[in-house]
Amino acid sequence: MVNGTFHPVVPQARHGASRAALIVAPWLAIVVVWYAVRASGLVNPSLVPAPHAVLAKAVELARDRLPLDVWMSTRRVFAGVFLGVLAAVPVGFAIGWYRPVRTFVDPLINFFRALPPIALIPLVIVYFGIGELAKTVILFYASFFAGVIVMVEGIGQISPIYVRVARTLGATDAEIFAKVIVPLAVPHILTAIRVALGVAWATLVASELIAAQQGLGALIQNASSFFQLDIVYVGIISIGLIALAMDVALRAATRRLVAWQDRIA
Amino acid sequence: MDAETLPMVSAPDAAVRLRFEDVGVDFATPAGPMRVVDGIGFDVRQGEFVSIIGPSGCGKTTLLNIVGGFVQPTRGQVLLDGAKVSGPGPDRGFIFQEYGVFPWLTVRGNIEFGLRLVANARHAPRRAAIVERYLALMGLADFADHHPKHLSGGMRQRLALARAYAVQPEFLLMDEPFGALDAQTRTAMQDLLLQVLATEGKTVLLVTHSVDEAIYLSSRIVVVTARPARVRTVIDVPFAYPRSESVHEDPRFATLRAEIRALVMEEYEAQARQAVSRTE
Repeated sequence: MVNGTFHPVVPQARHGASRAALIVAPWLAIVVVWYAVRASGLVNPSLVPAPHAVLAKAVELARDRLPLDVWMSTRRVFAGVFLGVLAAVPVGFAIGWYRPVRTFVDPLINFFRALPPIALIPLVIVYFGIGELAKTVILFYASFFAGVIVMVEGIGQISPIYVRVARTLGATDAEIFAKVIVPLAVPHILTAIRVALGVAWATLVASELIAAQQGLGALIQNASSFFQLDIVYVGIISIGLIALAMDVALRAATRRLVAWQDRIA
Repeated sequence: MDAETLPMVSAPDAAVRLRFEDVGVDFATPAGPMRVVDGIGFDVRQGEFVSIIGPSGCGKTTLLNIVGGFVQPTRGQVLLDGAKVSGPGPDRGFIFQEYGVFPWLTVRGNIEFGLRLVANARHAPRRAAIVERYLALMGLADFADHHPKHLSGGMRQRLALARAYAVQPEFLLMDEPFGALDAQTRTAMQDLLLQVLATEGKTVLLVTHSVDEAIYLSSRIVVVTARPARVRTVIDVPFAYPRSESVHEDPRFATLRAEIRALVMEEYEAQARQAVSRTE
């Protein structure tokens, strides 16, 4: 009998240690370069706050407004991504599954996807005001189009053989949808969420340009008015770290949910 | 042949289960309709194992797809127990060359898939027993809870066979089922198929381009022409079931192989001539 291929046994201890070193190294390098730029005299040190100064500022802000900013921004991103992907999944599915639909809708999707959300801010203010709704609309917009593209591409790649097999076994259309198409769509939905989260965090600052008092975008915006570059750095790094944490969490979830896949993103 | 082996399953008086009646298929192409199948007519009786052999690209698979219910013939009809085929159904187990095992389900989940469908509700009470039976029969018991990504090609094909068998089809339609396997695995799969058929008795239609495979497995062989596919000739295979590897050493095997190879080669040459005349 032929054996299945399983994970090879690898000495774990050394593997783990070198892996940790590999993960930390690029971050350390960034900090070193950061200090080096300040020390080199190429830029005015007052324009580049030192890493330890930024860290001190972060600790200070963590006891002040930072938790609320993080909470507000995260909430907005979640709302935008949740609604965006919720709409993108059926729309992307319909476009990806029914090829004739795709021919007509593709140019439309690409037109809207190409518009940077920032360019829409004036219109969003006119139509949705300057409240939470306006910010959600921008993040929804960004998430929706990112999600639709991923779904269309993913669903379009689903091999028709599984549907044929299910039919020969006697499956009805409803059974094929629930038992074949949905499981095959799950990995693409997870990818859509990942991509939408990335785009949403990137768009966050833009959405918080609209008269926001709280949020990481607002923090950066306000600090830049007063030339508080250390706070600007704290805000930027916070956005990056939260987005990274979410991506790691989502990847872990993906590994558990679609362990059956040959390749996992 | 051994004296105690069973008689030919394809007794001429067995009921006709499957009938091709002057079947023709045209495919739409940018250059107009292309005739893929033309005037095909033959019967398959209860318990027969019929192979369709011919040059690749000649329309063999289209014939199988009509029986499977995936393609509607342009002319004529295919009758299953006297009724026109109107779509796919669990009475016809279809084995695809590319296996089509569901990657998101475990081996057990794949075999169970059909048994959990409304169409096969009558088998549901015995579901667990059926699954165990085919896990054992196809040698997959040790991998029951693994996903197909851990399986070799031969194991995937055995899984596809187990999944098709689980819903107890009366017909088995096989489209070059062992084409993607290496020689040893292929031989092992052929033996396994014969073994399972000996206990489960199905009416089988196999599309293949391997002459040896067709002779080793079938009770009858339908040789079809280069496109459009027509019945070139129908050959009875004189070996009784159950068969074993020793059939390959039978002098009649060599004679039959030479005869069928010659026919198939002629059709390949005809196909080549067609291709040349098209380019001129």
